Amino acid sequence: MRVPQASAIPVSPLTVYVEGVGLLGPGLPGWSKGHALLEGSMPYQSSRSVLPLPMALPAAERRRAGQVVKVSLAVAEEAVAASGLPAATLPSVFTSSSGDAINCHEICSALASSDRLISPTRFHNSVHNASSGYWSILSGSMATSSVLCARDGSFSAGLLEAMTQAMVDQTAVLLVAYDTDYPEPLYSVRPLPDTFGVALVLAPNRSERSQAQWTLEPATCLTKSRATHMENPVLEQLRISIPAARCLPLIQCIGAAHENMIVLDYLVGLQLGVRAAPCR
Amino acid sequence: MRAGAGGLVPCAFDTVDLETFVGEVAGTESIELPVQLKQFDCRNNRIAMLGLMQDGFADAVAASAKKYGSQRVGVFLGTSTSGILQTELAYRRRRPADGALPADFVYASTHNCFSVADFARRYLELSGPTVVVSSACSSSAKVFASARRMLAAGLIDAAVVGGVDSLCLTTLYGFNSLGLISKQACRPFDAARNGISIGEAAAFGLLERLPEQLTGEEILLLGVGESSDAHHMSSPHPDGLGARMAMSDALKMAGLEPPDIDYINLHGTATQSNDSAEAKAVASLFGSSTLCSSTKGATGHTLGAAGGLEAVICALALQHGLLPGGLNTRELDTALPISYLLENRDSAVTRVLSNSFGFGGTNCSLIFGMSA
Repeated sequence: MRVPQASAIPVSPLTVYVEGVGLLGPGLPGWSKGHALLEGSMPYQSSRSVLPLPMALPAAERRRAGQVVKVSLAVAEEAVAASGLPAATLPSVFTSSSGDAINCHEICSALASSDRLISPTRFHNSVHNASSGYWSILSGSMATSSVLCARDGSFSAGLLEAMTQAMVDQTAVLLVAYDTDYPEPLYSVRPLPDTFGVALVLAPNRSERSQAQWTLEPATCLTKSRATHMENPVLEQLRISIPAARCLPLIQCIGAAHENMIVLDYLVGLQLGVRAAPCR
Repeated sequence: MRAGAGGLVPCAFDTVDLETFVGEVAGTESIELPVQLKQFDCRNNRIAMLGLMQDGFADAVAASAKKYGSQRVGVFLGTSTSGILQTELAYRRRRPADGALPADFVYASTHNCFSVADFARRYLELSGPTVVVSSACSSSAKVFASARRMLAAGLIDAAVVGGVDSLCLTTLYGFNSLGLISKQACRPFDAARNGISIGEAAAFGLLERLPEQLTGEEILLLGVGESSDAHHMSSPHPDGLGARMAMSDALKMAGLEPPDIDYINLHGTATQSNDSAEAKAVASLFGSSTLCSSTKGATGHTLGAAGGLEAVICALALQHGLLPGGLNTRELDTALPISYLLENRDSAVTRVLSNSFGFGGTNCSLIFGMSA
């Protein structure tokens, strides 16, 4: 098959501007405090993630929302509010290494029992796009939402999708990456210890709110270089233990005075290199 | 398609005790994955491999990889449930003492949502960007959108797109819990339609940019439209507003007007709400004369594979001038004002549209054409 609509744009660097950030993870309660902790201007201490109730959802949906929905909506709201852009028109990219494992555990347990009854809510929460669906209901956004998985490389896959969409379609895009902890017995085969979510509003043009400028060079951004590590060993442990936290080296340098080349974990034999420059 | 044959049969899958019909891929027991990819062994990846082996597809991908370099060929696959069946089966074999899963259960390369794209990437010996799109029943339509953007951005020169989904208890009992499973072979747009039949499938396409000179007839991806309903997790917007937006955006990208479309392959799941909302959306944009049908009476609803499967059906319609009549539909619902084909029609067509919608209110429409 041939794609006429893919040939019109000359190949040039993909540059986006970070217009808003949302963050929620172990010891990281929101972006402003989280940023200070990542920069090292406040001492970082790990502690269990605390998930807020998604109060912006209608009551019926709020009752049905699992952890995956809570974390993704919390960071998405924080990032969009910071960007000052209207949520109702933003396209979105939701990316997660796995779905709602508690929900999955309940379904698989029921299906292995003599009574295979699953509740309708359990079933509709089992889809990988549950967060995206709840976000569209909450924000009223009828714009497109892409829902992705690339296992441990899910953050990089989402960033690639969001940056290509921002550039090719010339639109600001909301990127949300999230993972939640796994219960036993699934924990033993997929040891995700806690919940982590990050959201970024990425725009194709610079604004007075722009906090950083990220660039992908199409010819060289897919690289075999080693991923950038976190200097702080506790944060490095967080980076490698939850796939969505693979973003940490990149969001850490938001607001930095100098340009940085950040390499993110992506696929086996393929990493993603992002040039991160200040916007001051 | 030409014989009007369908694949729906009474469900005898695994230990399922539901009265329903399924579209089951035969012979999955005897498919053996390459020895170096054994850790990927599960029903979903077996069906994926069966698909990759058809029609010289793997050879065409190899030719692209040779031409552009294996890192310049991306993989974009849709699935809704991946290899979840493997986990369902493992849960029946938990160790009584502590509930542990059996030692032979491999999570990462079977259950995980990314498994099928990872498998296809390795099977095809590609090393480019790879992702699974998992937005329920729009998944493998939306892969065309992601691949198009990455081609346009110059990150890749070719893309393997498609979808794979396989029968599992989660979807059979899950759709049953919502009262959406039919006891009969599904009857899209019928006055007596009462739910879906679940099917399984693997469908693939290879996308490349349009060269300056085309040799021979080629299928063109002319337009893609995507939207969200912002309405409800498991019911479509009653007037199909999101569906209409997806179709109209696809037309806009293609630079076409509604009368330019010769045939619509409907999402047409045979639930009351989908077919009613989709018919309203189609009629409000196209009027009531554009020929359309749902092929789910033949294949069942293959969920995350449906967009890819129906893209291939659209390509066949273009290549062979054959518009597939919808199977199982006996008496059209007269409240739905569309021109629904009950019989195959031989008719040269130049542009066709395919709809895929899913849970969470996710919508995607694709427009395909043929090079002159």
